[in-house]
Amino acid sequence: MRLHQEVIESARIAWDALRANKLRSGLATLGVVIGIVTVTLMGTAINGVNQAFRQSISSLGADVLFVGRFPWMAFDDWRLYRNRREITLQDAREVQRQLTTASAVSIQANDNGPVVYDHRMARGVWINGNTEQSLVTRGLSIAQGRWFTSSDIDSERPVCVLGSYLAEGFFPHESPIGRKIRINDAQFEIVGVLEKLGNFLGGWNQDNQVAIPVSRFRLDVQPRPDYEVAIKAADPSGLPETIEETRALMRRLRKVEPGRPDDFAINQQDVFVKFFLAFGGTIGAIGLFITGLALVVGGIGIMNIMFVSVAERTREIGVRKALGAKRRAVLVQFLIEAASITLGAGLLGLAIAWPITWAIGRFTSFPASMSWWIIGVALAVSASTGVIAGLIPALRASRMNPVDALRSE
Amino acid sequence: MPLIRIRGLARRYQMGADTVHALRGVSLDIERGEYLAIMGPSGSGKSTLMNLLGCLDSPTEGTYELNGKDVARMSDNELADIRNIEIGFVFQSFNLLPRSDALHNVELPLVYAGMPRAERRNRAREALAAVGLGERMHHRPNELSGGQRQRVAIARALVNKPSIILADEPTGNLDSRTGEEILALFDALSRRGNTIIVVTHEEDVAQHARRVVRIRDGNIAADEPTRSAAPAPAEPAPPAAPATAAPPVLSGSSTPSS
Repeated sequence: MRLHQEVIESARIAWDALRANKLRSGLATLGVVIGIVTVTLMGTAINGVNQAFRQSISSLGADVLFVGRFPWMAFDDWRLYRNRREITLQDAREVQRQLTTASAVSIQANDNGPVVYDHRMARGVWINGNTEQSLVTRGLSIAQGRWFTSSDIDSERPVCVLGSYLAEGFFPHESPIGRKIRINDAQFEIVGVLEKLGNFLGGWNQDNQVAIPVSRFRLDVQPRPDYEVAIKAADPSGLPETIEETRALMRRLRKVEPGRPDDFAINQQDVFVKFFLAFGGTIGAIGLFITGLALVVGGIGIMNIMFVSVAERTREIGVRKALGAKRRAVLVQFLIEAASITLGAGLLGLAIAWPITWAIGRFTSFPASMSWWIIGVALAVSASTGVIAGLIPALRASRMNPVDALRSE
Repeated sequence: MPLIRIRGLARRYQMGADTVHALRGVSLDIERGEYLAIMGPSGSGKSTLMNLLGCLDSPTEGTYELNGKDVARMSDNELADIRNIEIGFVFQSFNLLPRSDALHNVELPLVYAGMPRAERRNRAREALAAVGLGERMHHRPNELSGGQRQRVAIARALVNKPSIILADEPTGNLDSRTGEEILALFDALSRRGNTIIVVTHEEDVAQHARRVVRIRDGNIAADEPTRSAAPAPAEPAPPAAPATAAPPVLSGSSTPSS
């Protein structure tokens, strides 16, 4: 009850004091405002990168394994992997045939190259050699037409499915189905168009792609492709079993002697996630630390102004103590005053950061958005900056001897 | 039992290498309902005595019992409670909070006592009305005259119904006519049974009290009734204040002054 009274009284005093020194309080908050704006924008940026990453990475599928020659993220010596044998189409076919814990298995290889329609050429197209189940393992959907059948693959039929970007670019006013495009020297008939995918990690346009049967890929794109087997686990919670079965099967197929290390890698999206969390987290932390320095500078400004405030009101402190204010009451009074200043600065900072974030999200491709989480953290950080900055001045005030305080001019 | 019982109270300050003996072992009893003046030239130790009586400071030596409680060895926070409950201060320079109106200034001791707002407001209104400022509750100190400010301060001192009203040169910042008004207010408060201690260096002010304690060089030089003590028994004590059932001057406080 008593603390409650003191807190209300303190808030009232703080408000009176701030109102009486508008300019001074305003200038003192400036540092904290700038600090909150930069920290909030940094937080928003980190949030945006995270969001973009998660959206992109989800296209890989959490329950899909990718068996290839090399690990995606390797921090060891490259020479350890250099002499590994290629994954052959035979290996891939055998995995597809023998694996029991998979709901879909596909074989894929890819490259970049030009694609030509009529007299127009698209450069740097992502050319995918796929099989009939790639639609499932790659998590794609068909917007128009159809995907490959197993007979397309087996009979090396020259058919293709276009990404939406390529389809719109080549055929703005007509249906692409039945038309023919050219990859290197071969003609491919368009049988389908993919749904729009968006950008991977905010940069690479995944819709600038074409899928062809993996059997044609070897004939028309690369004679000795580095195949990758994509395996979708039958049961997402049984992923470790699928990994073990795949590993055992691959060792048997490639005749790896017991005791020797694998000469292939089983990749999962979580290596990206781990990589991102490790490096992105560090970069984010450094960024927040640097922007947080602005807040520290702001906090020092608040500390300074609180020392001035305490010195100016020594007499008032003496009067309050004479009337029965305990140390705690005086401490709470100045802490609330400091926290009010910085909380106000925090609100002002958010009011500035919000439109900036909105404009970035609206007018650039960067997915900036301000979350309630960031708002909550910003306000908590600004209030605690005030409490920390106000602590030493408030302690000084609370420990004043009432006789000396009353005597001060 | 006296309201205030002081024995061998001493206060020394360390000023660099020197020790200043501000008070050298004072003994004093003050009864409930007394109207007492403490006089002395500057540097005599009267301010030190007032600070000790007001529980703003702690003695180096000696005992101080206030209302039966030994306050000489209390901690800062305990002393804050004693000041809040037992003592009402009236200062020479009023010491009102400049940004708060009269009502809030008077409420302040009750805030620190933890009283709920509604009750607090009522009590503060009553106290302001009692000093004749019922019409000016929402004026700030700079909108009030000096005499009115001192009345607000007196209302603030009264609002918690303290055991002692301790006034430090209450007329020092007022012209003589306003000073008289304030002293008349103290006289009235005394008649209503309040215990009042006035610290002053003006003989006129001291003569409003019934007893004067003169301090010199850290000791009590004299402790005597004033001229106004004589007619005091003629004033009938109001029934609302049982503490003054016996007029203070007759309560037989003969105080050793060593």
